[in-house]
Amino acid sequence: MVFRQASWDEPLLIELSRKGRCGLTLPSDPELSKQVGDVLETVPKNLRRYDIRLPEVAQPQIIRHYTRLSQMNYAVDLGTYPLGSCTMKYNPKIIKRVISNARFKTIHPEEPEEYVQGLLKMLFELGTMLAEIVGLPKFSLQPAAGAQGEFTGALMIRAWLKDRGQLGTRNEILIPDTAHGTNPASAAMAGFKVVKIPSTKDGVVDIEAVKAVAGRSTAGMMMTVPNTLGLFEKNVKEVIGIIHEAGGLTYYDGANLNALLGRVRPGDIGFDIAHLNLHKTFGTPHGGGGPGAGPIFATEELGDYLPTPVLEFDGCRYRWNYDRPKSVGRVRSYFGNIGVLVGAYVYCLLLGRDGLRDTSALATLAANYLMSRLDRRYFDIQGLSNTPCKHEFVASSKASALDLAKLLLEHGVHPPTIYFPITIREAIMIEPTESESLEELDHYAKALNEAAKVAYEDPRAAADAPHSTAVARVDEVRASHPRTLKVRW
Amino acid sequence: MIGLRSLEDLYLDIPEDLKLRRPLNIPEGRSEAEVERLIEETLSGDLAPALHRCFLGGGVWPHYVPALVDEVLSRAEFYTAYTPYQSEVSQGMLQALYEYQSLVCDLTGMEIANSSMYDWASAAGEACRMAVRITRRRKIVALRNCGPQRLEVIRTYCTPIGVEVITAEYDLMKGCVDYAILKEKVDEDVAAIYFENPNYFGVFEELAEDVCKLAHEHGAMAIVGLDPTSLAVVKPPAEYGADIVVGEGQPLGLHLNYGGPLIGIFAARGGQKVYRQMPGRIIGETVTRDGARRCYTMVMQTREQHIRREEATSNICTNEALCAVAVAAYLTSLGSSGFRELGKRIMESSHYAAMKLGELENVVSPYYTPFFKDFVVRFLKADPKKIYVNLPRYGLVGGLPLGRDFPELSDAALFSATEVHLKSDIDLLVNAIKKELS
Repeated sequence: MVFRQASWDEPLLIELSRKGRCGLTLPSDPELSKQVGDVLETVPKNLRRYDIRLPEVAQPQIIRHYTRLSQMNYAVDLGTYPLGSCTMKYNPKIIKRVISNARFKTIHPEEPEEYVQGLLKMLFELGTMLAEIVGLPKFSLQPAAGAQGEFTGALMIRAWLKDRGQLGTRNEILIPDTAHGTNPASAAMAGFKVVKIPSTKDGVVDIEAVKAVAGRSTAGMMMTVPNTLGLFEKNVKEVIGIIHEAGGLTYYDGANLNALLGRVRPGDIGFDIAHLNLHKTFGTPHGGGGPGAGPIFATEELGDYLPTPVLEFDGCRYRWNYDRPKSVGRVRSYFGNIGVLVGAYVYCLLLGRDGLRDTSALATLAANYLMSRLDRRYFDIQGLSNTPCKHEFVASSKASALDLAKLLLEHGVHPPTIYFPITIREAIMIEPTESESLEELDHYAKALNEAAKVAYEDPRAAADAPHSTAVARVDEVRASHPRTLKVRW
Repeated sequence: MIGLRSLEDLYLDIPEDLKLRRPLNIPEGRSEAEVERLIEETLSGDLAPALHRCFLGGGVWPHYVPALVDEVLSRAEFYTAYTPYQSEVSQGMLQALYEYQSLVCDLTGMEIANSSMYDWASAAGEACRMAVRITRRRKIVALRNCGPQRLEVIRTYCTPIGVEVITAEYDLMKGCVDYAILKEKVDEDVAAIYFENPNYFGVFEELAEDVCKLAHEHGAMAIVGLDPTSLAVVKPPAEYGADIVVGEGQPLGLHLNYGGPLIGIFAARGGQKVYRQMPGRIIGETVTRDGARRCYTMVMQTREQHIRREEATSNICTNEALCAVAVAAYLTSLGSSGFRELGKRIMESSHYAAMKLGELENVVSPYYTPFFKDFVVRFLKADPKKIYVNLPRYGLVGGLPLGRDFPELSDAALFSATEVHLKSDIDLLVNAIKKELS
């Protein structure tokens, strides 16, 4: 396979600008304008704007600009994109069509709820289906992304402790060293002290370390299962028991749920609160970095702490309940990223109970197959031998992971997540998802092994890669150096 | 080949007692056609008024979304990509986001903008926390005439780290900042003053400069929240002293979508010390290592959660990147003169609507002036809640009752009009309300 990414020397919008050009005419109404007179005169003098400097570009040139830029952007629709823990699966096109055509596009969030019962029904059914998948009955669709879901969960732990008069004394959240960076960041944002739990050499939570720190200052523990090494935390139930025994709550980070869909439910294992990333597990597009959605789930007991408002159904109509004195409050305006939520609703309806269960098996199978194809001369596989990995796995590259990633770009595929988890030297974290065909997995394995060979045997050549991309290796140091930092035109 | 006999063998490592031993209690899968039909049917009863029949504002607004914007966002190369971690194959998204940041800086007069937050409210919450980090102080003073949901979110973001959020009463007669009251609240423990311009009532804050000065005199920062379309007529907040600007980008090219996805604008100034405390992804310009090409990449990542973990400036990872592309495409479609025209058209519609409603008996409209897009209407002899729930019968929505958040305005409602509203649309609204009042 020969890969060449388009390489346009595309100017910035401001450089395309020529005075007087315009891409859009606005609706006008001369009679209305006449009746109100010169409205701009009503703007207080000391606040008036006299100078606006925006690019002036006509429609054809704007469209060409963005089409050219799009050609310099790798995406799931172009090829394999196995970023570990990001679950870059195919986004069924029906999701996009439903979102772009749907009637709710013009609905304002303050429209009286009597008139949006259909939309609320869909959101309620989505929440109910996801709650069944997670195994926790109470839900809020408000958080805009996984990290906001985590923050909300940490706030809920806080509110629960406050109710029990333990907020001052219980101020520690336990987090495994393999966790995503958002976990400690979210816990800290909610005012907790983070206690790092080391992993065993097998790559799972060290239960003795949990026992050693769990106690009267424990507020809770956040866990990702399977963890970021793609390993099922075999002691998870015992760990949850220790935390509960110590008087804390447990939080499930749903980033890796794609491995367990329909097979294991976090609520059944004993987790108290969980979030899901709908843009990962439930097929909605990642949008080049967002929007996503991070709905959150809780036990019956903790439901009162969910953000306000929550969606309720009294058997006859759906309504937003704002009267919730124990709630952590709002984490954002309105009700959530509705477009993304509806996309996930479409995904659940399409796949149904069996489809969702097949998804986890096929994603896991793909990861195991890819893992088996890695050339052990260049990669050490992390984790247990003789045990299948889950939806992703981590290898330690014997050559520079960065060079390996840049070499992989030459093969028309996207590199895995690199240098994560931070506990592994030259880590590469691979999550192929269920969307890749056998041929694509073979191509990826071959590309990885070839790239690894070059990176290992000829580091100088590797350091020059890539050559087939829109631009050659980017100077990242210069980009962030205080003296050369440039963040606007 | 991988030594397993069945798919179930992939789960041999999971203890049996942790496995779900029944099918999920959710429906069987369906065909695409059935799903599409089901959704159409479910939504068919909802009132999805045309944009020009919607007179609600307050945080998101009915604005025209150019076809060009939808077209740009429909490029799968953009919408099926993720965060541009690998710069060399992600130049498209990186350049588009860099352009978005630059446009935000141009509009606000700021030095640096990030490539998006979730929405205005969470951006305001993050801005307050940033001010706390920079000043190392523990109090935020916010005007009570700011968006109630925004104030709620600011509290949610500040309270857990022991930061007190104090609200300052506004001038009940004019709807704007009451400088004397505000001055009393500001002392040397205050990290920032948060105010909105125009505020929640749509009123221009004529004392914006004095408020910023007040903050600076006490060593505090000035955070301004805004609807960016107002920047078509209002000078850049940097010129009246703002240190951080946050706002809602939805009016610049995003559909209403019942309130999400939105996009939080976040921009600041004050040099490196301030930049290092910014939340969120920031894109910078650089060159290729061989020096041959200008290119773009994510910068200052050492602020972020994936590197700094619990010491990060924020936990944000996934943001609203695609919405940022929409905003940039929107602003470029309009250009300088189109954007100026947008501001004028918004004000013409809102002022015509306010004036016509004010001609009705027992209606005071506009209650507060000078205003931009949103405006307060008082009903002296009618219940605004009744009008709000009855308007949909005329195929219209508008007039959010203010009593729930502002008890002193229990007889008032918030209306809004934009460039999508022509005279005939507004006359329809006025006639409907006239009927309701009689």
